[in-house]
Amino acid sequence: MSQDAQKTPYNPPALEFKSSTFSVPVLVISSNDLIIIEQQLQAKVLLAPEFFKNSPLVLDIQELNKQSIEIDVVAVIEVIRKLGLLPIGIRGGDALQNEKAIALGIPLHSIHTSSTTIDAKKPKTLTPEPETKDLLQTGTTVITQPIRSGQRVYAAGDLVIIAQVSAGTEILAEGNIHVYGTLRGRALAGVQGNTEARIFCTDLQAELISIAGNYKISEDLNPSIRNTPVQIYLDKQTLVIKEI
Amino acid sequence: MARIIVVTSGKGGVGKTTTSAAIAMGLAKKGHKTAVIDFDVGLRNLDLIMGCERRVVYDFINVINGEASLNQALIKDKNCNLLYILAASQTRDKDALSQEGVGKVLEDLSKDFKYIVCDSPAGIERGAHLAMYFADDAFVVTNPEVSSVRDSDRMLGILSSKSRRAEQNKEPIKEYLLLTRYSPERVKLGEMLSVDDVQEILSLHLLGVIPESKSVLNASNSGIPVILDEKSDAGQAYADIVARYLGENKPHRFIDDKKGFFGKLFGGK
Repeated sequence: MSQDAQKTPYNPPALEFKSSTFSVPVLVISSNDLIIIEQQLQAKVLLAPEFFKNSPLVLDIQELNKQSIEIDVVAVIEVIRKLGLLPIGIRGGDALQNEKAIALGIPLHSIHTSSTTIDAKKPKTLTPEPETKDLLQTGTTVITQPIRSGQRVYAAGDLVIIAQVSAGTEILAEGNIHVYGTLRGRALAGVQGNTEARIFCTDLQAELISIAGNYKISEDLNPSIRNTPVQIYLDKQTLVIKEI
Repeated sequence: MARIIVVTSGKGGVGKTTTSAAIAMGLAKKGHKTAVIDFDVGLRNLDLIMGCERRVVYDFINVINGEASLNQALIKDKNCNLLYILAASQTRDKDALSQEGVGKVLEDLSKDFKYIVCDSPAGIERGAHLAMYFADDAFVVTNPEVSSVRDSDRMLGILSSKSRRAEQNKEPIKEYLLLTRYSPERVKLGEMLSVDDVQEILSLHLLGVIPESKSVLNASNSGIPVILDEKSDAGQAYADIVARYLGENKPHRFIDDKKGFFGKLFGGK
């Protein structure tokens, strides 16, 4: 349901430039060993294959350059692409590395928080890759740290958590919520009234689940779907919890 | 630069002060100059556990307020000359602690000491917050029961978001789990959470398990850190923890049930 709605192409009469911000995962590399990078990245991808499939990503090589470790940018990008991820930018590179990235159609991004790199020209977004542009249309917040009791997370778009969500937490999103880990806290999707929003988790032990204000508390959950991977969606004002 | 360790839990009565005393003594016994600070202003206990309550002249608050120098306030331990204690004030409350003051004391101590152990008060208010704010490592002390685990989880959230390292976007505090008052027999009977249960909820690196032991109460009452009781299971457990923290490879003990009479008789596992 929701996927279909999102895929409908938006065709304006002519074209228009708009400014927009996206949250995109940044891959910070701290080794120049391609084999190790491939192994570790693959392990991460296997944790959440659906999430990482065709996921856009910005490559950060600032750490390496700080320590003056040589890295073959072209080879790293090849590894990333091989694992099904789509690099849409690079940051923290030196002049030669930037040149190589541009040659591969990978735009440069500057690092706002530091002044360590000398960006002489600032050739930003020269050739944005057409195929990855569509993927950027989702405002997704990605969290890789466990959400601990007492913490509260709010995402204006989709919320993806690749860690556990402890009891006594509250995670809220205007869009969908994905939890690749145990969900023990309260999860509220579609908090601004989006009835198409869904909650996905790999182990349901939530205190409360809610979509667009329709909620169920832990006690009302059928014991058979506890501790199982499920998706939760709204069907005519009724919360449906289905094993996946 | 010293490594600052906070011993924390959220919940009270789980064994923070016992652990602080044992860990500090263990590090000093291993040849590292160590200071242990009581952050529980108003409910001063560490000096009792360390057996130096009769030698407290100046305390932590005096140093923060500039009424005494660090050297005047630091009490040298009578069992180990590399260990120093900074007692809390019993007549003040936690509002007497200021972030700048605590930061200054820790910075001064860092010049001279290898490890600084901060014994956090229970709760998540000012005292506990300042005890963990400057930390590099956190020992999260947890009892195998649900409320303690929940409070530890809350504390872990605070460690990862409200510490100096978090605020300055530095490498996060290293968090270690210490499971105290563990009784394998009661786990077997289903009366207590197991190591695996706790780790599943907290997903945290286990530094060690300290068994429920009479020797802990005896040690507290006599003012000698339990780690010095080398014959006791709790003392050995703390010694293992210190060794593991310092990078030694020690297999975990005290997790499985001790062999009973019949177990010994028939060999078995």
